[in-house]
Amino acid sequence: MKKIFSHPRSLRKVTTHYCPGCGHGIAHRLISEVVDELGIREKTIGVAPVGCAVVAYDYWDFDCSEAAHGRALAVATAIKRVKPKTIVFTYQGDGDLAAIGTNETIHAANRGENLTVIFINNAVYGMTGGQMAPTTLVGQKTATTPKGREVKGQGYPLKISEMLKVLPGVKYLERVSLHSPQEILKAKAAIKQAFLNQIQGKGFSLVEIISPCPTYWGMSPRQSLNWIKEVMLKEFPLGRIK
Amino acid sequence: MPKITIDREKCKGCLLCISFCPKGAIVPDTKLNRKGIKPVRFKKDTACIACAMCAVICPDCCIEVFK
Amino acid sequence: MINNLKRVLMTGNEAIAEGAIQAGCGFYAGYPITPQNELIAYMAAHLADSGGVFIQAESELAAINMVFGASACGVRAMTSSSSPGISLKQEGISYIAGAQLPAVIVNVMRGGPGLGNIWPSQADYFQATRGGGHGDYRSIVLAPSTVQECYECMPLAFSLADQYRMPAIILSDGMLGQMMEPVLMRSHKPLAISHKPKWALGNSKGRSPNVAKSFYLREGDLEKVNLLLQKKYKTIEAKEQRYQGQYLDDAKVVLVAYGTMARIIKSITHKLRGQGKKVGLLRPITLWPFPVQAFERLALGKMAKKFLVVEMSAGQMLEDVKLVINGRSAVGFLGRLGGGMPSEEEIIKNITSLL
Repeated sequence: MKKIFSHPRSLRKVTTHYCPGCGHGIAHRLISEVVDELGIREKTIGVAPVGCAVVAYDYWDFDCSEAAHGRALAVATAIKRVKPKTIVFTYQGDGDLAAIGTNETIHAANRGENLTVIFINNAVYGMTGGQMAPTTLVGQKTATTPKGREVKGQGYPLKISEMLKVLPGVKYLERVSLHSPQEILKAKAAIKQAFLNQIQGKGFSLVEIISPCPTYWGMSPRQSLNWIKEVMLKEFPLGRIK
Repeated sequence: MPKITIDREKCKGCLLCISFCPKGAIVPDTKLNRKGIKPVRFKKDTACIACAMCAVICPDCCIEVFK
Repeated sequence: MINNLKRVLMTGNEAIAEGAIQAGCGFYAGYPITPQNELIAYMAAHLADSGGVFIQAESELAAINMVFGASACGVRAMTSSSSPGISLKQEGISYIAGAQLPAVIVNVMRGGPGLGNIWPSQADYFQATRGGGHGDYRSIVLAPSTVQECYECMPLAFSLADQYRMPAIILSDGMLGQMMEPVLMRSHKPLAISHKPKWALGNSKGRSPNVAKSFYLREGDLEKVNLLLQKKYKTIEAKEQRYQGQYLDDAKVVLVAYGTMARIIKSITHKLRGQGKKVGLLRPITLWPFPVQAFERLALGKMAKKFLVVEMSAGQMLEDVKLVINGRSAVGFLGRLGGGMPSEEEIIKNITSLL
């Protein structure tokens, strides 16, 4: 009997702290599978954010650095510049990458840093208890938008991937989703492309992953996947952005 | 015959595997794991086709698939 | 890099940059701010020639966090700024201290608070010596007072940062940064400590993964880390105090000053000695650890001494002097604020009133 789906080497066999049905576990696994398939585990350095994935380094079995909230791309820039032979990626949530770290994101992208960015968009701040994120949908209820996000005063969901498209330093942008096995396989292909781009020295690559947060969406894991498909993807359409 | 193995201690009982299994080969377990969660269980002698949908959707990397 | 054993006329800011390059600095990230701009420009012009990486960052926050990343890879890394920019960097300095990474941070101080002005000041003493960011941590703080010392203090700062795995701060000011003096280039041999640390990120072949982090969520873990840091700080307090003393043996009035202020005090001390007045100078070189041993010796000496602390601040180092003297002698203070500097006349008047 042949094992056709196994636990990736680059992912430690430990129980994560994530809630049942959380997308982070899937995204962690996809990165691990890609790192294994490309045979780069010993030269990979992950930069973990502040947010729910703050201890991602406890789950991945390769070198990692923490970064202060929003500063992952500053930390990653320096790592890649001083160790150009390593493969460096950041793993950041919507608050980290698109709110407190917007400056670092835009400038690392504009410098065309040869980095891979995995951007988890779940439209909410998870770690701090479900507050509004820059990507929260209009009308979406969160701890800090008890009546739902209102355009007046709270603005629109920030589409950072579309914003980055105009920067010449950015080589690859794709938005993928984790709401079904088929979409997860597409997400993996995009992650692999973003790592391959770095290996080939092409420049800044970012994969935006629409990921479920059942806990702070107030839904069951299955309902949250349906909500992505039926609601969230209308605001954040999938596919290659650049 | 194709089959899957489930790490019942890592399983958090999100049940996504069950909802994506085309053959109804996974069911909730009746016994709790050490964390006090009802994990899922592979139903023996079912028509598992090793499509690996369950393993792909599993957020906690609990499932391995054999063919 | 400038050839060794030459005398070169340069500014304090440039001397710091050249000293850093010769000390094996492999990474610099910074953001323009007056009065430290000669430093970032010098790094931009010369660091790459020595194999280092220069980045003009998008902000001081990005710069200090870039330093975190480079240092985590075992590369000697530094940044520089001036007071308002150093306030921004406090986040990163706290993380560097927490993750026990070596790094050198240069503060060419200017007047504050707020945007203040661009005149020389010493008002960031508290920020530098008390930690500055959040959490129970310290940075080693060195205060050069000549352009030659700006150059010399960089190998020392990198060595201490490497040895103790912590931030080291150079506390300069706008006057020292901008003034030009001839600097004797020495043959800085590559720093004694081999800097291929076991904890560095990079090629993980044949070892378990390394993680650079300051986050300890499990109950009790963070306290253990803190106790380790405190133990390290105790060692540094015992072993790394540095100061310069002049005419201390028979001085009746000991003048205490550092950095730019110490230059003026030094010339006044010589002048007054020429007039037979028994004044001496105690110039702390390490502001943390504060050279308490030197003060202890003076306080315990037979000669009844008075102290006069002169600073370009409202009296920040003054607190450290008072702490160590602890009421055993009179401690006077003279300071100017907001970019002002006490004049020679003012200082001499204050000294004379104590003699």
